[in-house]
This record gives sequence, C-alpha cells and structure tokens, in this order.
Amino acid sequence: MIRAGIIGLGKMGLSHAAIVGSHPEADMVSVCDTSSLVLDAFRKFSKTNVYSDYKKMIDAEKLDCVVVATPTRFHYPIVKYALGKGIHTFCEKPFSLKPEEGQELVDLADRFHLVNQVGYHNHFIGTFRELKRLLKSKIIGDLIHFTGEAYGPVVTKEKGGTWRSNPEEGGGCLYDYASHVINLIQEILGKPVRAEGTKLKQFYSKDVEDSVYSILTLEDGLTGVLSVNWSDETYRKMSTSLVVLGKKGKIICDATELKIYLKEDNHAEKLGKGWTIRYITDYAIPVSFYLRGEEYSAQIDNFIKCVLSRKQTDVNTFRQGLYTDKVIELIIADSKK
Amino acid sequence: MMDKVLFGDNQFFAVNHLSDEKSREQAIRFKDDSSIIRVLDQAIETGINTFMCTTHERIANICEYMRSHPDKYRGFKIFPCMPYAHKYANAVTDLGIIGTIKQYVPGNIFSAFTKGGVAYIRKDFISIMELLIDAEMKMFRGISTPVIFLQNVLVDMILGLKMYEVFREYDSYIRLKYNAEPGYITMNMPALLDALNSEGIENPIICSSINKIGFRMSGGKAIYEEYLNEKKFRPIAMQVLAAGALRPAEAIEYLGRFPNIESVLFGASTKGHIKETKELIEKYLCN
Repeated sequence: MIRAGIIGLGKMGLSHAAIVGSHPEADMVSVCDTSSLVLDAFRKFSKTNVYSDYKKMIDAEKLDCVVVATPTRFHYPIVKYALGKGIHTFCEKPFSLKPEEGQELVDLADRFHLVNQVGYHNHFIGTFRELKRLLKSKIIGDLIHFTGEAYGPVVTKEKGGTWRSNPEEGGGCLYDYASHVINLIQEILGKPVRAEGTKLKQFYSKDVEDSVYSILTLEDGLTGVLSVNWSDETYRKMSTSLVVLGKKGKIICDATELKIYLKEDNHAEKLGKGWTIRYITDYAIPVSFYLRGEEYSAQIDNFIKCVLSRKQTDVNTFRQGLYTDKVIELIIADSKK
Repeated sequence: MMDKVLFGDNQFFAVNHLSDEKSREQAIRFKDDSSIIRVLDQAIETGINTFMCTTHERIANICEYMRSHPDKYRGFKIFPCMPYAHKYANAVTDLGIIGTIKQYVPGNIFSAFTKGGVAYIRKDFISIMELLIDAEMKMFRGISTPVIFLQNVLVDMILGLKMYEVFREYDSYIRLKYNAEPGYITMNMPALLDALNSEGIENPIICSSINKIGFRMSGGKAIYEEYLNEKKFRPIAMQVLAAGALRPAEAIEYLGRFPNIESVLFGASTKGHIKETKELIEKYLCN
C-alpha cells in the first residue's frame, strides 16, 4: 500500500480524494485545504487526517505521493516542497503560470527520479488514444489541417466569481478550458510553435477571457485552428473535440465517438471507404472505481502504478504540462500584438 | 414492489453517453416542455406508470402540468433523483463551495456569529443536507414519490471518500420526512452494497449499469453477476443497452438471467421504441 495525500479540496481535489480513497493499492491518509468547511466535513465523516498547512502535512505523514489540486498559482510552491521531500507528485492542470517556475519543477523531479504527472485527463479517454494510434499509422495520409475545439457552460452570466475569474491566479478560459485542447493537439498532432491571429474575447467575465480563437503552427509546419469558449450554454457540459484532415481522409474525434472518413479501403485497419463510426464503448479503459468518467480513475491508476514500480510515466509528464504552459504564453503574447 | 418498467429522462435533457452530437439533436427536439409531455403520455399509453427523473429545473414544469391534470396522471409515480449534478458543478466552478450552498439552500444556513472578533459559520452538515433535499423535493409536492434516489456522482463521491455515515443520515431522513424508500444510483454497485450494509442499511434499492458487455460496471462484469446472484438487495438495471452498443432483444435477454433484478430503467423518444423495450422487459424479467 502506498501512502497518499491530497492538497486542495475543490471540485477536482474532492474527486481525486474519492478515487485515491477507493484505490486498492493506495491509502488516502491525509487531506489539506484552507477551507474549514471542507476540513470539518472530513473530520466529522471520515478517518482521514486533515491539515490546513501542506508543509505540516508533508512533514508529518511520511507520504509516498501527493495529488496537488489547488488553484494554479499555488502549484509551484507546493509541488516544489513535495519534490524536495522526495514525494512523487500528481499536479492538476494547467501545470504552472510561469514557465521558468515550471522548468524548475521539471528539473527537480528529474534530479530526484520522482514520478510526475499532470491532470490532462483526455489522454485517458479511449477515443483520443485511438485517434493518436490511427494518425501514427498514417491512416489519413499527410495531414492538411486540424481544428481543436472545446465548448461548455462555465460562465454564462455577468457576475464575479472565484479564482477562475482572476488572470493572476490562472483563471480564464485559456488556462481552464483551452489548455486541455492545446495539450491534446501537442501530444496527438505535434508541438505548436507559433500562434497567430489570436482573439481572446470577453463576454461575461470582467477580468478574464471567455473564449480563445487562434491559428496554431506545429513543429512540422502543419497549421490549424484553436476554438474554445466556456460561455456556450448550448453545451450541457464541457465538450472537447479534434478534427483532423489528411490527404486520404478525415477523422472527427470527441470523448464519445470517433468518426473516420477514408477515401479508399484500409485493409490493415479493416476500415472501408467512406464513413466508419466507432464508439467509446469499444475503447473505454476498464477501471475498478468510476466517478464522473473512466479517465479520472485511469489517470490515477496510471500514477499509482508508476509510483509502485518507481517508473516515470510517459503520459502527461511535467515536461509535457510545461510545454502546454509555454504555448499558452505564445497565445497570450500574440493576443497582445 | 417497484414497477418492472421505469421510464427515464436522459433523452429529454440531452444526455447521451454514446454521442455528443445526438445529445444536441435531443436538446433541439425537446426544447419545449410540451414535447416532453407528449412522449411521457405515449409511455403512459403503453402502460408505464413510473417516471424516474433528475431534479432538473424543467421537471418542475412537468410536475406543474401533472398537478393541473390530476385525472390524467392518477396513480402515476415519479422517482426523483437528486441532485441535478451539473447545476451544482457549474455553480461550484463559478461561486465556490460556500457560494453554491448559499445560492441553493433557502434561508441563511451560514448564520454567522462572532466570537472574539472572528466570524464563525455554523457547520451542521446534516442540516445542510436536509435543507438541500427539501429544496430539491419542492417541485414534486402533491405527486406520489415512493422512492427517492441519490444521484451517482454524489453516491460515488461519498463512497470513495468513505463517508458512509452520510448514507445512513440520508436513508433515515428520506424515510422519516417523505415516508419514502431511499434509493441509490451508482457506477460502483458491489462496493456500494458493501458500504451500505456496513452502516446497517439492509436490502437497499440500488440502480446501476447492468449490461452484457460490462459497460460502466466498475470492477468488471464477474463481480456484478456474483452480487446479483448472491447478495440481498433490490437491483434496478440501467444502461442496459450499453449506451446503444447492444440490440434491445439481446440486452434484455441478458437481464432475464438474474431473477433478483426488480426493475429496468430505460429512456426512449418514440412510441415504437418505448413499446418494444417495455414488451421485452415484461417478456424476459420473470420476477
């Protein structure tokens, strides 16, 4: 059994706590938050040790690993402290607000050979994994264009809010929503190296953008469109998709479906000419505990497995999270041009 | 005894586990409450008598319609499932946890008092839970609600956090205040049953995914089948078509292998589909 702690008990932190708490190979020994309301609930209803100071928790609990799910601006000091104490660390996305700080954390994790993972959970959704595999096999030939999108109903009225409405703390549609799409593009299609024509639009929020539109160029020269809006109430919940166009076909992929159009039969993949629709039921990663989606459990399973075997993951490393932070910086810089 | 056939509401609120695109089509089709009522009435015409639905704000309108047409809906039952999670999840992102509770709990739950210059808030969690239940149940006044469910996001969160005492509090409040049977929706049926039993909750109503391909059956099909065959509880099967991956006949035939399954929850948008599924359930479910 490994000893785990959770730092930050917002929506994601609570969800991680439940997933870690039910994991057969992990003992969720302690949680940490600054909200006395949440800590009192843990005191009253659970056997978990509670802390309001993460340093005290890390010093006292002899943890093997922590999950950091605080507002983004606290990631750096907390992750740095945990790594310094030799603790394997899972950190929520986005990874860091300042790439130089993110780089320091990457170097620290490397130096101490600690397992490090960032919470870009889309990589644990079967359809996106299959998309990556299909593109690697060149099924739609040379790529021509891509569109990465995410829409959802987070801010649909004009009113102030939490840290998510503060750009200094990592709020806004770019950090919160677009980071997921950028990370998917980066890991499935290739690293974006340039952003052009960026528009960060505000409709309801006062201090942060509610949508992000940008044209991205990848390392290999492929270009595509990023289109993200967290103020679209025609979506019941966050909906993320990638459309990839190649010389031999096209693939539309989201969390539930993979729609493949091929100009010719592909015998190796047993896919015929024209449209083929594949569903998540064929690709979902089996999990022993389910909360809000297989991907949330699957990413923690992966992290715990890596901690147990002392082997660094190749999915969602700090380094990959840091690259996404750098693309966010490119996009912000371009929007100010 | 619950009805063998329970009519669900996912199709009305753009919930489709297989296709985001289909879910948007559904949102367009069921834009008006009258289109929901029309399909509900078709379900009633085929002999269905129980509607199992989330406490979505639009359900309030449907309940209002039912109250104003008492003859038409005599004997009709609703199994409420609370809370409508996305309402709270979006609010938490926007307002934080305390802000969300303030927004949805009537009155001033955080009756702040000051002690030595520091503001304290009253943190009586069970009272907060009871007030939230009452707020969600308001829309069903005057309608028969013999079973009241806790939604899976909350059930599974409490389960994962091992805060089992909350189940016992929920259980006794629903029995006491609403004279109803508490029910639990979960994606983790075997673990939940063990947890409920450990709190002394015996023979609970548990609604979980049960289908031939093991879709959303956490821990795998084998342990689900073992629990269905050997444990004492009142199972309701949902996601029986595995989000559409299975044909209705083979899907329902599979359920027929487990005589303990008391009811099947399903949703459909056309009279033909409703009738077909209902007949299959009645044919294969032998209890």
